Amino acid sequence: MANKRVIVDPITRIEGHLRIEVEVDENNVIQNAYSTSTLWRGLETIVKNRDPRDAGFLMQRICGVCTFSHYRAGIEAVEDALGIVPPLNAKLTRSLMNMALFMHDHVVHFYHLHGLDWVDVVSALDADPAKASKEAFDYAEFPIATGENDLKKVKTRVKEFVAKGQLGPFANAYWGHKTYRLTPEQNLILLSHYLKALEVQRELAKLMAMFGGKQPHPQSLTVGGVTCVMDLLDPSRMGEYLTLFKVGADFIENAYQADVVMAAKMFKDEPSVTAPAGVMNFMSHKEMQLNRTEFLFDSGIIENGDLAKVFEINEDLITEEATHSWYSDNEALHPYEGKTNPNYTGFRDMDTVGPDGKMIHSKVVDEKGKYSWIKSPRYDGKPMEVGPLAAILISYAKGNEKIVPLVNDFLAKTGLPKAALFTTLGRTAARMIQSRAIAKHGLEAFNTLIENLKVDQDTYTSYKIDKDKEYRGRFIGDVPRGMLSHWIRIKNGVVENYQAVVPSTWNAGPIDSLGQMGPYEANLVGLKVQDLSQPLEIIRVIHSFDPCIACAVHVMDKKGNDLGTYKVDPIYGLSC
Amino acid sequence: MNIHSLGEGWILQEQRLYEKLTKRLNDLERLPRLKENKSIESHLEENGVSRRDFMKWATAITAMLALPGSFTPLVAKAAKLSDRLPIIWLHMAECTGCSESLLRTDAPTIDSLIFDYISLEYHETLMAAAGWQAEHNLEHAIEAYKGQYILMVEGGIPSGNSAHYLTIGGHGHTGEYSAKKASKNAAAIFAIGTCSSYGGVQAAIPNPTGAVALSKITDKPVINVPGCPPSEKNIVGTLLHYILYGTLPALDAYNRPKWAYAKRVHDLCERRGHFDAGEFVEEFGDEGAKKGYCLYKVGCKGPYTFNNCSKNKFNSHMSWPIQAGHGCIGCSEPDFWDTMGPFEEPVANRLYNTVFKGLGADATADKIGVGLLTVTGIGIAAHAAISKFKNPKDGEE
Repeated sequence: MANKRVIVDPITRIEGHLRIEVEVDENNVIQNAYSTSTLWRGLETIVKNRDPRDAGFLMQRICGVCTFSHYRAGIEAVEDALGIVPPLNAKLTRSLMNMALFMHDHVVHFYHLHGLDWVDVVSALDADPAKASKEAFDYAEFPIATGENDLKKVKTRVKEFVAKGQLGPFANAYWGHKTYRLTPEQNLILLSHYLKALEVQRELAKLMAMFGGKQPHPQSLTVGGVTCVMDLLDPSRMGEYLTLFKVGADFIENAYQADVVMAAKMFKDEPSVTAPAGVMNFMSHKEMQLNRTEFLFDSGIIENGDLAKVFEINEDLITEEATHSWYSDNEALHPYEGKTNPNYTGFRDMDTVGPDGKMIHSKVVDEKGKYSWIKSPRYDGKPMEVGPLAAILISYAKGNEKIVPLVNDFLAKTGLPKAALFTTLGRTAARMIQSRAIAKHGLEAFNTLIENLKVDQDTYTSYKIDKDKEYRGRFIGDVPRGMLSHWIRIKNGVVENYQAVVPSTWNAGPIDSLGQMGPYEANLVGLKVQDLSQPLEIIRVIHSFDPCIACAVHVMDKKGNDLGTYKVDPIYGLSC
Repeated sequence: MNIHSLGEGWILQEQRLYEKLTKRLNDLERLPRLKENKSIESHLEENGVSRRDFMKWATAITAMLALPGSFTPLVAKAAKLSDRLPIIWLHMAECTGCSESLLRTDAPTIDSLIFDYISLEYHETLMAAAGWQAEHNLEHAIEAYKGQYILMVEGGIPSGNSAHYLTIGGHGHTGEYSAKKASKNAAAIFAIGTCSSYGGVQAAIPNPTGAVALSKITDKPVINVPGCPPSEKNIVGTLLHYILYGTLPALDAYNRPKWAYAKRVHDLCERRGHFDAGEFVEEFGDEGAKKGYCLYKVGCKGPYTFNNCSKNKFNSHMSWPIQAGHGCIGCSEPDFWDTMGPFEEPVANRLYNTVFKGLGADATADKIGVGLLTVTGIGIAAHAAISKFKNPKDGEE
């Protein structure tokens, strides 16, 4: 029997527009996978010829989820280009905002975006709240929102939803799917935390808005420093940070940590979460400044899953190519030299597996040609997985004293071997471990800031942009979804060139000229799908990366491109 | 007309409004419920909202909508009736910041209230279903709630020859197609955020994807709720306003609800006193910055920006950009990316849109608007220049 094509579009509960197509054999085992971004916005083209001081504000709009990441990257790329070193107070303030973002992002990801891949909402109806309440103590010292009465309330609420057939955002999902593994009691605990996390995320967003003015899209960074000096000099404001931070830290320890351990134990025999990672190369950049010299997470590269040796990153070896991306220039180029001109070739017609299992007429990608708006970044010609798993593995392999105990704790509590880290499950656990590390050690940055403010109140370094000089600079760091870099060239006092190489590009890119798959595609190949009309396994794997597709799609064009050309024919007429 | 008769006129007007709203709510009450047999009280309770909390929230909303305090019970009733309203939320060319803003809805547990009270039929970031099943939810909602649902759209829309820059679903339909289809039978349409209101960042020069505002692809009226993103209060408030009146709210020249966008950020700014006193931050991080002086000279666009940020702030009143020491960037104004930059320099000292040497300003901005802004701009620039000479604090530090 010929291979069948299955489409999942839209992949929901992510940021942006993502389509996954797979080919399965007669046993429903995935033979080929295609990851496609179906939206292109072109922000790197738009930032060109603007004032470099505006770059951070514009590039921030790459994503309203990674809302601080691209802002900081845009600001710090310009600082790097101009040779500006912001005062320590500014660096630490950025660190405090960054920690708020990480905690917020990971909590929302686990409960609201990824959670329903693990939790069968309908099964929670059969739970015994008293039993569930007791079980919660197996995983947390001080469980949150799992008292018997809390759980009774949640159960009643869901019961009403289901009884009325009006499930709202829960409607028409894959409830009852065979690969769900939690008991009704465990499902109820997680469901209660799903609701509780809605409150917690609002508090964590406030934590960022405190020094950022608002969230999403905070507005208190500037080239040279930060602007929230009044907040920093206000002890009551600092006290507020401490209080809200602890709300987040408590939830991470007593709900998030507990739930991931519980899920890991229950799902450890489920192939869709335990299959080895498709790409065994991991890359991560040091991040989260705690004091004048120390960072919480380490830099490095792990190749072929070998934790015995960590290589240092050589940023000259980063390239992007567009062989299978909807751009006209294919060759692999360094971000400073990259070029991108849209060349949309669209879909072709084919029958695919429909929602009831019968074949229906659909559009599919042309996998032999171009099929995504995302490019394929490579390091030294190799695909890399980036993200919290990479950050944790690299810090672990390097013997980072703040990370090693947390990884060992997770392995001990679940009884899993180290190899279990290199999986979908490991990816989800790594995000929890990273949150825990921040919750446990992040206040070191806060304390350093308080100490420093006693003797130094500088928040800004003056600078001047020389219109006759050419500059180039970059930001490289690790953000909630992995290693992020922004590359800028400045000439005549304006942005000459801009390129963002983002985590989801590394992970979601299509195959390269050598036929090497990126992590999304490679992770799907070999996976068995139980029911082709309900491809829950595919979603589970893809969600473990926390896709951020608006981030992943971007464009840069080469030096000297005439912007007027776009006006002639914005779609196909981009000759530069 | 003396003051006394003015007062009487106002009372009459208020009475008429009260009656109109009461009638509207009575009509709503007669609509079939989406969730049968749902008691409001139990629902509130399930959401952990006490009656007292709920009334507190209703009072705040009433004030925000600039309605008299006596209208609070009507607002409360409107919120309770909102479970009759199915919502379809579409994502176009966007960054999801507006959805994130919606999730920050303030007042105790108000997000769960909204979660349950409206019937969220389609929202890609939140919904459990994916793929064909998600597509089905959208088609079903459009069909089943024809003429009843509220359409909320986030993101600019690549259109016409560029429409293929966004496709959604197994049939590869363009975003433009989906937005048009969903607009057709909507009871009301809200463009949430600057992107769907005016095209947004992707429509900034040179607009390589031909992105346009939602209002450009549908001939139905669109209420714009701009901001990058709009505050959670403006999103929820607009929804509540519709539920109350059942008609479009009073709109300004850019179709923004006047209750939220009638005043300039400058009008109610907490640093306004420093502006009037001629006390300005001259450079970020200077003594003026530490003292909270006016940010006009480091580029604040508050004088040219119509929004209620200075009053309502963001994230449960936690802060807003000017409190955090950065000037307003004008994010709720049309084409602000092209007309308000550079963001850290006063706009009045520059020609419009000098980044591109004036190109585009004439084509994009409302003529009268530009005229007004320019006059204001000159006034403000002159004020800032004069206060530099007359600064009473000169020589003090």
